[in-house]
Amino acid sequence: MSRLSVWLRRGLRALRHPLGGDGDADGARSDLVLVGGLVVGVYALFTVMALLGPFDGVGNVLSQLETVTLLVLVYVMLALALNLQWGYAGLLNLGVAGFMAIGAYTMAMLSAAPDATVPGLGLPLVVGIVGGFLAATLFGALTALPAIRLRADYLAIVTLAFSEIIRLVVRSEAASEFTIAGQRLGTGGANTFPLPPNPVKVLLYENPSEPLVAAVDSPTVAGDLMLEIADVFNLSASQAENILYTLLLLIPVGAFYLLLTRIGNSPFGRVLRAIREDELVAGSLGKNTRRFKITTFAVGCGLMGLAAILWQLQGQGRLSPGTFEPELTFFVFVALILGGSGSNTGSVVGGIVFAAVLLEGPRALKRVVDENFDVSADPDTIIEASQGVEPLFAYLLSDSSIEALRFIMLGVVLVYLMQRQPQGLLGHRRGQAATVSLPTREEEEP
Amino acid sequence: MTATQSTEATREREGESDDPSEGTTTAGPILAVEQLRKGFGGIQAVDGATFEVAPGSITGLIGPNGAGKSTTFDLITGVYSPDSGRVRFDGTDITGWRPDRVARRGLVRSFQIARELAGMTVMENVMLAPPDQLGERFWPAVLPGFRGRVAEQERELRERAWETLEFLELDDLAGERAGALSGGQRKLLELARVLMTEPEMILLDEPMAGVNPTLERKLLDRLQELSDHGYTFLLVEHDMDVVMEHCDPVIVLHQGEVLAQGPPAAIKSNERVLEAYLGGEVEA
Repeated sequence: MSRLSVWLRRGLRALRHPLGGDGDADGARSDLVLVGGLVVGVYALFTVMALLGPFDGVGNVLSQLETVTLLVLVYVMLALALNLQWGYAGLLNLGVAGFMAIGAYTMAMLSAAPDATVPGLGLPLVVGIVGGFLAATLFGALTALPAIRLRADYLAIVTLAFSEIIRLVVRSEAASEFTIAGQRLGTGGANTFPLPPNPVKVLLYENPSEPLVAAVDSPTVAGDLMLEIADVFNLSASQAENILYTLLLLIPVGAFYLLLTRIGNSPFGRVLRAIREDELVAGSLGKNTRRFKITTFAVGCGLMGLAAILWQLQGQGRLSPGTFEPELTFFVFVALILGGSGSNTGSVVGGIVFAAVLLEGPRALKRVVDENFDVSADPDTIIEASQGVEPLFAYLLSDSSIEALRFIMLGVVLVYLMQRQPQGLLGHRRGQAATVSLPTREEEEP
Repeated sequence: MTATQSTEATREREGESDDPSEGTTTAGPILAVEQLRKGFGGIQAVDGATFEVAPGSITGLIGPNGAGKSTTFDLITGVYSPDSGRVRFDGTDITGWRPDRVARRGLVRSFQIARELAGMTVMENVMLAPPDQLGERFWPAVLPGFRGRVAEQERELRERAWETLEFLELDDLAGERAGALSGGQRKLLELARVLMTEPEMILLDEPMAGVNPTLERKLLDRLQELSDHGYTFLLVEHDMDVVMEHCDPVIVLHQGEVLAQGPPAAIKSNERVLEAYLGGEVEA
């Protein structure tokens, strides 16, 4: 009993002071309020938009919220990983998409079944996930090694080139299927690469590798429970499964955040910030800046690979080289810049705002407009479109211009931000670079 | 508090000066620079500089603007590699070593134009400096098992940092962003960082520039005290009174070469030095 209460209290304290020990309790609490408020706001907005759109029951609303949440969580993870490299150490990594591809494809090649359409080694998924993470880490280190001794710009160039090389190799004919030591392997080339069933599927169904329609016939105990709950909310099996997956994704996202705050508040993070500010100073004080930079870069790349794995395993689980276009890299940068690079809470906020408002917002908005306005007349040019409100909407929200609209919004937001708050929404909020609280002195003299 | 510390320092220095502290000086040089050369384009910034620094001394390095003092510092500490010549520190050839390796070997420098880490607080700047911090390694920084030990070391460092900041009268600014400090305060912060690394030898590039006279007095006392405790200093300084009073020996650089070296009195009356460095106008 007393042990339980001790554990409870310890848990509560850990919640309030995620940094442990002497962490800045007020800062942590206000960050929690901020992120919580933002999440509530985003959900309110998307609920309203889902209700105004083609309303199709509660399940549909929940499913739309799930879609946003998944994107948000993925971008939060990516922004946090990039914040480690760029926000803390000032390492400009323009190859985010490439390292994500390394992680995801390594995972797929390790754990896909040997007799699948795209053959793999058939190892357990855990091995695949760890392997993907390690591969992305290793490639991060290898990319950084030659470039990091040069000036910062060269790292940016090398990583950008690297990510394009990865993408082109993955989709090339030669890599689509090959044999190493009698083992058939492949990336699927330009085609999609079906992934093995994700852990949630394994948890829910007896035969998780079957297509969902068939798998639903043989649910496990957990699967039965989920299907019953899904019935209550009028959710389809796949919707319920996705929601469960996304909810479970909160665990790794929390782990990302904890890991990165811990790094940031450690002497290691202090050196990273010193390197970012003035590498020569850090070096002149005896810090082996090269070691710090390579470690940081590799860890960041590994985390990006892991984020990609967790993202792609969701739902149907299919890899496509088109997912890892260079624009993905810039999306992650925008998310980080929005939130404020250098701040982990800022990365979280940036991930939420970017994924919800800029990435998924226009799509949801289009659904609302499609439902409520007659936009069937689809003018071809903006001049035709400016005849009236509805043609203008129709033009702006047509499938072809919604993507462009998204980029325009992105640009507008970035320009506004650079003018008004160049350090990002939370860029001023940097955690202190120490494990113990700094500005106060324990035994202050009277 | 600071006043008592200051008088303490003075007393200690006076006490020490009674004892013959010749023991350390009989050993070989702690720093030996031989035929150091470095050119940038058409300018030969350092041109065959050769000198030695005895352990425990406060050696002055003076010379007119452009004499190559700061470049010599950069060559010694690995910011640049010399075109030719050797640098030996404490029996080790450190020619061409990277700055961090030189610093870890025990030779630390300050910069002529203070390079404070502007976005970090004064305290964070100072906490950065100590070597071999457990939490600077990746796994101890991350794994929960090391947390207690890292925090304990951080508390010790924080205590030392407070002492250093108090001594340099920066303690009121501990939580301030370093970028918000005045020029003189930045020089002090630089000095605080250097002291926190606990090196064997310190290269100071005009540490007194912009520091108020009272504090300058105190700093000089502290340098003297530290040198009595075995620290070695190589000091670039433009204030001749400071150099003549506190530095022994004094090395004069001119056009990248050593023009003269010796005790301050000899330098003061050296004809060539007066000609080159002081342009002939000398008071007394």
